[in-house]
Amino acid sequence: MDNLGLLMDGFGAVLTPENLLYAVIGVLLGTFVGVLPGIGPAMAVALLLPVTYGLEPISAFIMFAGIYYGGMYGGSTTAILLNTPGESASVMTALEGNLMARAGRAAQALATAAIGSFIAGTIGTLLVVFFAPALASVAVEIGAPTYFALMVLAMVMVTSVLGGSPLRGFIALFLGLTIGLVGLDLNTGQSRLSFDQPLLADRIDVVVVAVGIFALGEALWVAAHLRRSPAHVIPVGRPWMSRSDLKRSWGPWLRGTAYGFPFGALPAGGAEIPTFLSYITEKRIAARKGHDDFGKGAIEGVAGPEAANNASAAGTFVPLLALGLPVTATSAVMLAALQGYGIEPGPGLMTDQPELVWALLASLLIGNVLLLVLNLPLAPLWAKLLRIPRPQLYAGILFFAALGAYAANLQAFDLFLLLLLGLLGLMMRRFALPVLPLILGVILGPLMEFRLREAMAISGGDVSALWSEPLAIVIYVVVSIAVVAPFAVRRLRPTPAAVAADQSLTTDNVHTEEKVR
Amino acid sequence: MLRQRTRRTGRTRRAAAALTALAGVVLLATGCGVTRGPQTADDLTMLIPNSPGGGYDQTGRTAIAVMENADISPGSFEVTNVIGAGGSVAMTRLMNADGDERTMMTAGLGVVGSLYSFGAPYKLDDATPLAQLIEDQEGVLVPADSPFKTIDDLVAAWEKDPDSVVIGGGSSPGGPDHLFPMQLATAVGVDPRELRYVVYDGGGPLTTALLGNKIDVGFSGVGEFEGPLSSGELRLLAVSGEERLEGEGISESPTLTEAGIDLVFTNWRGVFAPPGISDERRDELIAMLEEMHDTPEWKQALEDNGWIDEFKTGDEFTTFLQEQDERVATTLEELDLL
Repeated sequence: MDNLGLLMDGFGAVLTPENLLYAVIGVLLGTFVGVLPGIGPAMAVALLLPVTYGLEPISAFIMFAGIYYGGMYGGSTTAILLNTPGESASVMTALEGNLMARAGRAAQALATAAIGSFIAGTIGTLLVVFFAPALASVAVEIGAPTYFALMVLAMVMVTSVLGGSPLRGFIALFLGLTIGLVGLDLNTGQSRLSFDQPLLADRIDVVVVAVGIFALGEALWVAAHLRRSPAHVIPVGRPWMSRSDLKRSWGPWLRGTAYGFPFGALPAGGAEIPTFLSYITEKRIAARKGHDDFGKGAIEGVAGPEAANNASAAGTFVPLLALGLPVTATSAVMLAALQGYGIEPGPGLMTDQPELVWALLASLLIGNVLLLVLNLPLAPLWAKLLRIPRPQLYAGILFFAALGAYAANLQAFDLFLLLLLGLLGLMMRRFALPVLPLILGVILGPLMEFRLREAMAISGGDVSALWSEPLAIVIYVVVSIAVVAPFAVRRLRPTPAAVAADQSLTTDNVHTEEKVR
Repeated sequence: MLRQRTRRTGRTRRAAAALTALAGVVLLATGCGVTRGPQTADDLTMLIPNSPGGGYDQTGRTAIAVMENADISPGSFEVTNVIGAGGSVAMTRLMNADGDERTMMTAGLGVVGSLYSFGAPYKLDDATPLAQLIEDQEGVLVPADSPFKTIDDLVAAWEKDPDSVVIGGGSSPGGPDHLFPMQLATAVGVDPRELRYVVYDGGGPLTTALLGNKIDVGFSGVGEFEGPLSSGELRLLAVSGEERLEGEGISESPTLTEAGIDLVFTNWRGVFAPPGISDERRDELIAMLEEMHDTPEWKQALEDNGWIDEFKTGDEFTTFLQEQDERVATTLEELDLL
């Protein structure tokens, strides 16, 4: 409870009217820059960091906390409204979020994202407060074999989102894995599938793939059907979350937090796997409960991944503060910022500079509260953006997608790539190939390969290294159960309920395809 | 009907206005990174071969800030980060700017390796080398409880069985963290092809692997490890430069030469101009960098960033480059990577 007292002291230092004003400015700036296409949280924080220079450390912290959370939330906003995720962590949010937006439920999607971010961010930050040093020492013990086991788990999970036709699902998955192979192999320096193009040797950015396949593919598809389908304007819908929206969001928020935080706290955890696991979990739970509208804009599919994303972001403070390890691009920028404010992260941080650390953590909590207060009323306003008639709206999306792809690296080549991927997205819609397995292939493939190569490089090619860590064994047991259990259960007692649930699980991607048509 | 239409267009217009405003903000925000080229005859462009915040970016931008603040450069600088292929893309742009007297580029050892790995048709000294600005030492790092107490322990283990020691670094083959252990092995008579080198994506993941005892020895720039070295979680067996470094947990570590190994290896960064510029212009640009090097601001920046002051210009720099290029090529050839 000592920590609680220190946190209260932190609040005491931070909570002045002047500091709160800085926090408000930080949140607004962060949100507006984060909303820009191609600018993920890392870029938003890096761009706005100079704004905080010249302030007192405490004021700088709180403004920085505002920018950080604002930037994170801004990224989700474009993912939901325009289907253009700014970083790989918000790809999952874009899936159901954009479907909700197109069904006139953008305000609800944005609200559940904001509240989910708030809850996950707050719980995550509190966990950092109480457990950071203890967690950090455990986290570094986890090595490549365990990470690889997690990737295997994720890959097995992918098979449950292949859609109605497993053949089409696997085609999409392998397309994604192939795209993930493009580029220089980190371990040997050999180019793969890069056709002597130095720009392809750099690997294809997941964001360019997601924006190309999601936003551009969709826009081209709509354009191809504009004459034949009636030009209906997206319905406006209610501005606020209904009671049932809230009821459906609670579980996903908390489960998402539970997935996200541990992954964030792992030095190589990241936000991709927990957002994906959260999405799958919510889909399965919804199917079991019998009100599965995944593929039509399910609020659970926004609430869960968005909470997981934010909890993971909070979790990254564990290795950052306790070990001085920046594990994501955003936390690398943050490390530079902290050093600029005179904080030298590392094992001695909590004891050497307690007042600064507690002020920082208090700032993060306050920034989180302000984000909610400022953005909840803004959600209906953002949603109005979608009232633009379709030709203009999609023209706008094309413009923003292109700008985003270009802004990421300032390479005209990326625009060409974007167009090519957009055409691929169009073709996939034409032949009813689900897009989700492709994106997951692009994200998971390289991660999985990298971990496998690392484990193999360390062991000198000895395969038994893959189950040399206890946690890895636990995960493989879970994977085997997940693979075997459905068959076993079906054989033992084929109840009508189980059959129905399984059917709805495999048919829901058909809904997506129908909707798109 | 008519009323409904008016209302809709009104709404449309407002939404369109909002979109336009948003687009304006975007252009404003991204505009700062877009190449516009020099505005007046005196303005210069600096190409940076990696992303903002990276090593080349820090060195390049610091040098520019010093030159602008001390009014050394006649005009102002336009910084362009040309990201791609470990610097090969930026290098291509520099080579294509043949004869352009208002463009410069920051580059270093990493780019030398990348030009080979990515199969670029030119070397750094095909451009116009202006000056080497700084040097960064590499270190040999082990976890606190490692059985290796000195660099000799590591060499002894290597001599017994190179494959039994798992080493790692923060760069892929051809990068400084990879070249250093390979050249070290050659220097002590061990076949570098026998080493078991694990690639990590930069200093952060490498530290994690060392702290978790996943690998035995890490090779990387010392600057990134000041925290864990001063807290005693990691131990520095040796540094790669000509002189020892300052710092807690760092200053007691010998150089390789002190430990009896004939190798000096440093990561360095410098500034280049495009090929085909006039000798007068080359001398002008070098004079500018020399003046920058003499300012107290630059001395301060060196200290703040933990960079070693190693300034070379003209023929001395060109000779150094040719020698560096040769060493990288030899190492990569020995490893059958070329």
